[in-house]
Amino acid sequence: MKQINPKLIYGVVATIDRDNIDTDQIIPTEYLKSIKKFGYEDYLFDGWRYLDKGKLGISSMEREKNKEFILNNSPYDSASVLLTRDNFGCGSSREHAVWALRDFGIRAVIASSFGDIFYNNCFKNGVLPITLSKNDVENLFQAFESSSSNIEIFLEKKLLKYNDSEIAFEVDNNLLERIIFGLDDVDITLRNKEAISAYEEKRMIEKPWIYKND
Amino acid sequence: MPKTLYDKLWEEHHICELDSGESLIYIDRHFLHEVTSPQAFEGLDQKNLVPWRLGANIATPDHNVPTSRGDSFNTDNILDEISKIQVVELDKNCNKFGIKQFDIKSSNQGIVHVIGPELGYTIPGMTIVCGDSHTSTHGAFGCLAMGIGTSEVEHVLATQTLKISKLKNMQVIFDGKPKAGVSSKDIVLFMIKKIGTAGGNGHAIEFTGSYIDSISMEARMTICNMAIEAGAKVGLVAPDETTFNYVREHSFLDKDMLAEAVDYWKTLKSDEDAVYGKKVKIDVSDIKPQITWGTSPEMVIDFDEIIPSSKTPSKNSKNIELAKKYMGVEDNQKLSDLKFDKVFIGSCTNSRIEDLREAANVISGKTVSNDIIEAIVVPGSGAVKSEAESEGLDKIFTAAGFIWKDPGCSMCLGMNPDQLKPYERCASTSNRNFEGRQGNMGRTHLMSPAMAAHVAIHGKVGDLS
Repeated sequence: MKQINPKLIYGVVATIDRDNIDTDQIIPTEYLKSIKKFGYEDYLFDGWRYLDKGKLGISSMEREKNKEFILNNSPYDSASVLLTRDNFGCGSSREHAVWALRDFGIRAVIASSFGDIFYNNCFKNGVLPITLSKNDVENLFQAFESSSSNIEIFLEKKLLKYNDSEIAFEVDNNLLERIIFGLDDVDITLRNKEAISAYEEKRMIEKPWIYKND
Repeated sequence: MPKTLYDKLWEEHHICELDSGESLIYIDRHFLHEVTSPQAFEGLDQKNLVPWRLGANIATPDHNVPTSRGDSFNTDNILDEISKIQVVELDKNCNKFGIKQFDIKSSNQGIVHVIGPELGYTIPGMTIVCGDSHTSTHGAFGCLAMGIGTSEVEHVLATQTLKISKLKNMQVIFDGKPKAGVSSKDIVLFMIKKIGTAGGNGHAIEFTGSYIDSISMEARMTICNMAIEAGAKVGLVAPDETTFNYVREHSFLDKDMLAEAVDYWKTLKSDEDAVYGKKVKIDVSDIKPQITWGTSPEMVIDFDEIIPSSKTPSKNSKNIELAKKYMGVEDNQKLSDLKFDKVFIGSCTNSRIEDLREAANVISGKTVSNDIIEAIVVPGSGAVKSEAESEGLDKIFTAAGFIWKDPGCSMCLGMNPDQLKPYERCASTSNRNFEGRQGNMGRTHLMSPAMAAHVAIHGKVGDLS
């Protein structure tokens, strides 16, 4: 397995010039029938990537590819960053959308805004969503649609570099740390076990109707 | 400091602030279904954990289930082997951990957002989560309800909490009285057209105004259900007498406890001078029936309007062009010119008894157009189905040529056999017109149950007044 540096994302940027890309496009419902947490790379953007209808278990090799779709062409077939427009990841809460991006090798998505649930899901799976102004996004589109140069994203510095330019981005420090250190939320939360129990005991007395069918 | 309803619910469930600046929020109710839970149960297992509070969890299979089941159906009869695995997995996980499930054989099985309220598991003032974005539906009861991802499903199972940051407050005020033939579905589609699918991002939307006060719980659920289509994962309506009456009718709580609860629920409303980051006012009295023409729920027009042109330069031209190509619609075409192939009445947006009555009212005594290949009605739950049958609605639908189905999510997302074929055009009462949502290359137009019924009879959309 390829060694990755958790503090640096480096590589090819694939662009999809479209607003409101919903999680049904990122991974169609058909593939939500899997009960696994991995193995979704072949189904990423399935409806746009292939000309035939797929089903769970079928590999990308067996499919009829849409040659016009960016991820089917080198070097974008090994892209590590996705650049898109407004409201990326809106719609369904399916975490499979992030799993598909992650399994394909996408480590960061740059957009002018994100769907709330998708944005949250990203940090649980080591994918960094970067929100930039529409202006910055436009500049990036101009740079990466005209050439397939690489981008460097420095997580700790919250800085991305391409060609001779750089852009600083904002992201919550704690969310960022979860990506850098791959922290597990359940373990962290259970450190507060006593606070949760104390709250719950009090609630059972004050609002007993909540617990009536327990 | 005056507070909004959302502020009050947030504070009520706030356990503690974490070093990260996020908060631990206690979760009262957790609904589960077969699609987004298996990986969460697996995670729980790997950590050697069990659910924190078993009674908080209620499960039902809905996304994958076939809707032509009949009486003696069980999981073995699911023909799609992969769908079967997910339904069986939910059975196994619920049995193993002891979670209450309304399984595929239960007369109370149904779409999770339909059965929650009707079985009394959704009551005001709760925090409610589910691995499904339409959990916003339960906000109609004055609940802080939202969709979560599978990692969070595991987190809630394991800790009874969510680790989240507070949303911003937004208020949408609906005033006025709608015209005949205009339902809550039209009102919410109109709102999405106005504020866009990202209009509510980062916000909890509280729906207020004289229109909201005047409508039923079911109509309020339709509106909160589609808050997520405006980008808001939380939609809210303050509980009032309409809410309390609904709860009294559906609750398993005894009278005294209910009375005590109602006293508390009456405090669940925004203070008069509460401050919202965003405010939108909508007069519902001029709204015509609303229908989507494109591939995003904000691509909405009046039923008698011309579909937008991509040739008029705008920041949206590219999105419009892509959507028109996918939907197979031309410049200068009117929505009312389009010929439909299928009709779907169902989904967590519009599969409740009032929706079915609204559609049956249009259909009564008429027959499905020859242009329509298939028209289906999928009641939201076992209880909705049996109520509809006791009112004779099933007979009205079947006499007209509709297929009367068993409960499930069905053609809203086509995980089960109810799907569109490529290029089929569907009049759908569901919530998403995304590409491929109802089947590979299928074309979805979202609308109210009455308008979908109209399409079934005439093959086209038209005037309902």
